[in-house]
Amino acid sequence: MNKLIFTLLLISPLIVISQTAEEKGYQIVSKAIDADRGFGSSSVDLKMVLKNKNGQVSERTLSNKTLELDEDGDKSMIIFTSPKDIKGTSTLTFTHKVGADDQWLFLPSIQRTKRISSSNKSGPFVGSEFAYEDLSSIELEKNTYKFIKQDGDLLYVEQDPVDPKSGYKKRIAVYNKAKGYRLETIKFFDRKGALLKTLTYLDYKIYKNKFWRASKFEMVNHQSKKETQLFFENYNFEVNLKESDFTEIALRRSSN
Amino acid sequence: MNQIKKSFAEKWGHFVVKNKWTVLLFSIILALSLASQGKMEFDGDYHVFFSKSNPELEAFDALQEKYSKVDNIIMVLAPKNKNVFTKENLIAIEELTAEAWNTPYSSRVDALTNYQHTRAEGDDLYVEDLSYESENLTPEKVEEIKNIALNDPVLVHRLINEDGSVAAINITVRPPGLDSAKEIPEITKANRAMISAFEEKHSQFDVYVSGNVPLSTAFFESSQNDLALIGIMFMIVIAVTLLLTRNIFATLATLVVVMFSIMSAIGFIGLSGIKLTAPSSVFPTMILTLAVADSIHILVTLLQKFRKEGYQKNEAIIESMRLNFMPVFITSLTTVVGFLTLNFGEVPPFWHLGNITAFGMCMAFLYSTTTLPALMAIFPIWRGSKKEVLVQKTSFYTQLGQLIVTQPLRLTIISSCFILSMTFLALQNVFNDSFVDYFDETVKFRTDSDFINNNLTGIYNAEFSIGSGESGGINNPDYLEKLNSFEKWLNQQEEVIHVNSFAEVTRKINKSMHGDDESYYKVPTNRQEAAQYLLLYELSLPFGLDLNNQINVDKSETRLNVVLQNLGSKKMLEFTTRAENWLKKNTPDYMHAIGVSPTVMFAKLGFRQADGMIKGNIIALLLISLVLMIALKSFKMGAISLIPNLAPVIVGFGFWALYLGEINTGMVVVFGITLGIIVDDTVHFMSKFLRARRELNYNAKDSVIYAFETVGRALVITTIVLVAGFAVLSTSPFALNSYMARITVVIISSALVIDFILLPSILVLLHKEKSMLKKA
Repeated sequence: MNKLIFTLLLISPLIVISQTAEEKGYQIVSKAIDADRGFGSSSVDLKMVLKNKNGQVSERTLSNKTLELDEDGDKSMIIFTSPKDIKGTSTLTFTHKVGADDQWLFLPSIQRTKRISSSNKSGPFVGSEFAYEDLSSIELEKNTYKFIKQDGDLLYVEQDPVDPKSGYKKRIAVYNKAKGYRLETIKFFDRKGALLKTLTYLDYKIYKNKFWRASKFEMVNHQSKKETQLFFENYNFEVNLKESDFTEIALRRSSN
Repeated sequence: MNQIKKSFAEKWGHFVVKNKWTVLLFSIILALSLASQGKMEFDGDYHVFFSKSNPELEAFDALQEKYSKVDNIIMVLAPKNKNVFTKENLIAIEELTAEAWNTPYSSRVDALTNYQHTRAEGDDLYVEDLSYESENLTPEKVEEIKNIALNDPVLVHRLINEDGSVAAINITVRPPGLDSAKEIPEITKANRAMISAFEEKHSQFDVYVSGNVPLSTAFFESSQNDLALIGIMFMIVIAVTLLLTRNIFATLATLVVVMFSIMSAIGFIGLSGIKLTAPSSVFPTMILTLAVADSIHILVTLLQKFRKEGYQKNEAIIESMRLNFMPVFITSLTTVVGFLTLNFGEVPPFWHLGNITAFGMCMAFLYSTTTLPALMAIFPIWRGSKKEVLVQKTSFYTQLGQLIVTQPLRLTIISSCFILSMTFLALQNVFNDSFVDYFDETVKFRTDSDFINNNLTGIYNAEFSIGSGESGGINNPDYLEKLNSFEKWLNQQEEVIHVNSFAEVTRKINKSMHGDDESYYKVPTNRQEAAQYLLLYELSLPFGLDLNNQINVDKSETRLNVVLQNLGSKKMLEFTTRAENWLKKNTPDYMHAIGVSPTVMFAKLGFRQADGMIKGNIIALLLISLVLMIALKSFKMGAISLIPNLAPVIVGFGFWALYLGEINTGMVVVFGITLGIIVDDTVHFMSKFLRARRELNYNAKDSVIYAFETVGRALVITTIVLVAGFAVLSTSPFALNSYMARITVVIISSALVIDFILLPSILVLLHKEKSMLKKA
């Protein structure tokens, strides 16, 4: 799910002057996509650590499966493994290049699957500082891009979400050219343009000699002073998942 | 010791007159160099009223850190057609809601239109804005929205009133708090611009604004407003000084002294890094009022010696210094001690007021005894010829004295009875620190808040953070059931306008998860179910409208907010105690919680302030009695002085019980503020009485008449100046300042009356007894 695929949708005619910056931003993101293309499918276990201003801590664990698709956005499944009360609860998401994503939640306590309002993906993910939109694969058409600056191997690209329901006005993402265009940090700016959060990717490892994956995400909310850390373990690129692993039936099955 | 002091005062006078230019130059340099350090910054944040160690503030901060901060602006929209539910009005509200997200430091906007309405459709749960893309609404849809809104307990009395004629938008802001003097005006400016643009475009609405941020703004603006009162006070000082001295140069010299004192105080503010607040911003008027009394004492004697008794100008100056140095010194000392006692209180802005004024008064003493005589030595003075007036006035005071000494016993009994009944009345006052009522009806914050209070919801609240005893325990059915009962109990209390509880969230989801079946509108009965519903609901919420302001990270505690009517501090505290006791009685230990909020903080502030100040006042009173014992060289006189020093304050609060009966935090400090003034009256009267007894060997009655003759007029004059000064302050629209000033007017006036009636009566009585005892 931390695989980010970007393509340029359209260049707003309003920003003709900075067209070269837009083209360059687009180019960088395209290269990042290309660099990460072809992993097929993967699975990973996650630990999420939530911290408030006081240092009070709370943990959740989950596992994640992703299926790479070329013609449309990725499919992914998240299964909660702790705390106990929500163990087995799982979400299934079909990301779409155009339009709202589809999302379902399976509730083991009532053995039912519920569709989630797809337009509301800007809220916090299980009380953390991550929004759902920070974690889902951000598809191409969902942003416009603008190259800002280069600092050594680091390339700064502004991403402006197209969706009016996004919680952000813009993001500034930093790509590392020397390391397969992997992401180093992202700064999130809220709707009024004030710095809201910073996401830092830490402890990168390379898999199959091609795919860079960070072992730790650190999201700091500058306004609430809360933070959330995500620890990734047991990356598996050999799971060979199929489309049939991402259906409502699979969703029910996965909870056991 | 008196002899040494006198000769010291004389030497001082000689020195100043001889080196008038040097003294003047030195004082100008001193005043200017202090003023150059001056910096006047304002801090309006309501948090300034609470010391770092204030337990209510600590509890409130702890709660805010667990969830999120709740500084807010509530904008209330009252459409002229008295119906919020029309297409045009909903479009306007949706538009303003979107615009509200642009408020600096905003983190959340709650409105009728973006309220996350939950509904079931088949097996799916929909959580979405109650009214979006309002321009496409059909009349049927508008009617549907109206029905939903007016039947939702989360909305009614919070964002919409019962009959749907008034709606609110609540903006939560989270300023970083690095510099509230900048952040709050920034928010206010943006908010005001937003509202005026809105009112221009949608003239069908009246907009009213309240909340913590407008409260802070009102504090901020009132501090600047009260600072401006200094202008009026200057005019009064000029008029009074001109009238009393009938001399333009004396007036000019007085102005220089008070200006220098205020400039020095401003320097002190800069050097100590104090930020001005509504209570402390009255310092210039205080210093001006008090400092002018020093100058007038010196000038009146000087001009009297010069005009009436044929002294040469420089001789008159030295003589005036000799006579006034000691009383002016004692007055300054007691005033400084009085103001320093404000540090015993709990409220930092009053510490600042005390310290700034105390410093200003030290400097006023310095300038009155250096710059003033130096200037008078430099300025020319002409002799006038209006002796008759003076003679007449003197005789009035003599007559008054003669009248009083004829019936000392009767007057003492009458006064004592009066003071005793005043003591009884004074104890009937109750504390009330309802912060909206700090402002009078000329302040928009007050009238807007009153409108909101009367038509939609309450301004006052109390919050409870209720624990479940374990991580994730908020989904425990037992916890939810108890929370539900607490909510129900709260709603039955007459003070309560609205309750926002997590139990309501779970009831609503439970209903929607069961196909909107009304019979499921109750808290879930299965823990896993509750947890998973909550997860689903949380995943469905949009940016900024999450539950993080109601649930802590660990899901072990929830926050419950109770909106209250304006009841006054006492009833507010009674309510929170009752609620706390209900929890103790009906829930397990881990669910016990205390009610916290700015409302509670202000409600307890008066009591805390009083506790601290009473200690400080007792110390000051004893200290000052000691000073008087030494200065008057009499233990007995020092002890007697307690009566006229204490009685005026009792009388002041007694009158207040008849006038309003409600006292606030600002009034608790009046004893410290008036102590110097009251003592001034007592000292002058007693010292003249003693002088007549010791040096002129008068009997008690004649000594009293002598005291009346010599200081009667001076006491009346200073009282008039001081009353004028505090009368100016009493016009402030800010009750912490105006109430304090009003009661000070009563206290100062009654101090004069007591010194003219009770004190001489006691002096005559006690000295009679003594001589009779000796004979026996």
